[in-house]
Amino acid sequence: MLTNEEVAQIIINQFGETVTDFDDPYNLLTCSTSRDQIVSLVKFLKEHSTIQMGFLTDITAVHYPDSVGKEFCVVYHLHSLTRNFRLRVKVYLTTEDLHITTLIPLFASANWMERETFDLFGILFDGHPDLRRILNMEEMDYHPMRKEYPLEDATREDKIDALFGR
Amino acid sequence: MVSEELDIANKNLPAEQGPVQYVNELTTLNLGPTHPATHGIFQNILQMDGEKIVSGEQTIGYIHRAFEKIAERRPFYQITTLTDRMNYCSSPINNMGWHMTVEKLLGVEVPKRAQYIRVIMMELARLSDHLICNGILGVDTGAFTGFLYIYQEREHIYEIYEEVCGARLTTNMGRIGGMERDLSPTAIRKIKELLVRFPKVLNEFENLFNRNRIFMDRVVNVGGISAERALSYGFTGPNLRAAGVDYDVRVMNPYSSYEDFEFDIPVGQSGDTYDRFMVRNEEMKQSLRIIQQAINNLPEGSYFADAPQYYLPPKQEVYKNMEALIYHFKIVMGEIDAPVGEVYHAVEGGNGELGFYLISDGGRTPYRLHFRRPCFIYYQAYPEMCKGLTLSDAIVIMSSMNVIAGELDA
Repeated sequence: MLTNEEVAQIIINQFGETVTDFDDPYNLLTCSTSRDQIVSLVKFLKEHSTIQMGFLTDITAVHYPDSVGKEFCVVYHLHSLTRNFRLRVKVYLTTEDLHITTLIPLFASANWMERETFDLFGILFDGHPDLRRILNMEEMDYHPMRKEYPLEDATREDKIDALFGR
Repeated sequence: MVSEELDIANKNLPAEQGPVQYVNELTTLNLGPTHPATHGIFQNILQMDGEKIVSGEQTIGYIHRAFEKIAERRPFYQITTLTDRMNYCSSPINNMGWHMTVEKLLGVEVPKRAQYIRVIMMELARLSDHLICNGILGVDTGAFTGFLYIYQEREHIYEIYEEVCGARLTTNMGRIGGMERDLSPTAIRKIKELLVRFPKVLNEFENLFNRNRIFMDRVVNVGGISAERALSYGFTGPNLRAAGVDYDVRVMNPYSSYEDFEFDIPVGQSGDTYDRFMVRNEEMKQSLRIIQQAINNLPEGSYFADAPQYYLPPKQEVYKNMEALIYHFKIVMGEIDAPVGEVYHAVEGGNGELGFYLISDGGRTPYRLHFRRPCFIYYQAYPEMCKGLTLSDAIVIMSSMNVIAGELDA
């Protein structure tokens, strides 16, 4: 069994300062990196002889409208099936510049996951061959999972957020 | 037109018209969105060269209900009903997966008895899921009989659901912190009856299909995928195991006491439709083994955790006891704040790794909830799998992949 410390040390030895914020909430190793490093980090983990992070579990995003300069967070969940080790990698982006490099050359499954993330959050995956909406219709002019788009009809005044949830 | 015919035709033409060219034209074929053989609402736009499929493109999202957005406004216990509607062939697995995710966030330890009851319900759900998939595969190859044989057993499984939680399809089974009620004697009797009856029916079903010449001609070496491609495409569950990778969340990251049970992981070799069919059949037998062990060793004790601030108190208590009344009110109104945290929890769903990625900012609702739906991820491989095959093969591949529209779109 690989421990979180071992893997964190391997990543730090290779990438040094560019991978930060190591944490293990509920025993799942989590780290952050920049968008310039994400592809090389995932490629390194995939080809590393002991970690063998060969399975991309999930790509999604989170919107934090209040944290200035880090409004969007793209979250990658990776899994090493041979060593049974999971890792979560985060990349923070600003609203002005939502570009990040695609992972399709490494994992074919990234295709739809990235399309879904684009559809719901508007994250632009550079190098994606077919970055279109996938769940919503093409004509939609907003990205619905962003926090500024309320679930209820925005013109209604009888439903107060403080009383009826978020 | 073959080239000799073309030459003869050109010889007879007047010189000023010039020779006739042979043009290779592709046909565009819409498979869906409401084609009966797609078993759900999604569209495939296929480019056909005569009988052969050259390329395909999927359009999904016809029943996208924005569950992830809705979940951001709902208290945790109300999200269970959303998970029902993802893979509606095996909703108890989704329910339990969600409960376990929240319990992980809250740090609630569930008693053994509740864990065993959950295992029984999850394995029953897996049975009904695989029954549907394999039965429908038979129907799509033209064999209705097998489907009818096993549908009766699915009905019995639904009766057990009814006995345990009151609902049949969208079960909303269990609570955060345990089950809503103990297994009744009727439920236990029905489960035991099922354990006796089901293997016979499954045996009949296998006799109809496994070595059936017509069936094998339709499914062997159709829609195969290598283990390497399957992993790259994010396959999980029976579809990945059919390609020869023995990845099963129940074994690799055991949850809800799965480590107590003895069962095998069936794997295939070529990842073709026949392997997927056989892996699902074998998994049903393994599920029966697990249910048998769980019902034999069902521990005594409570069926819910001692976590009064999260688990709804018994109704009699609410009338007599002030604390119970307060907790009842707070839980029903969704006024319980969850701790700040970030959880990823995966369960082995009917189709593979069903993951819940939950971020809580300390409020009464999730800050962000993402479902990792296995269908959504592996369905992208569909055009690659049916390239070069015929339309009838494409239908068979789709039913053997068990694409459930509710899970696909979420």
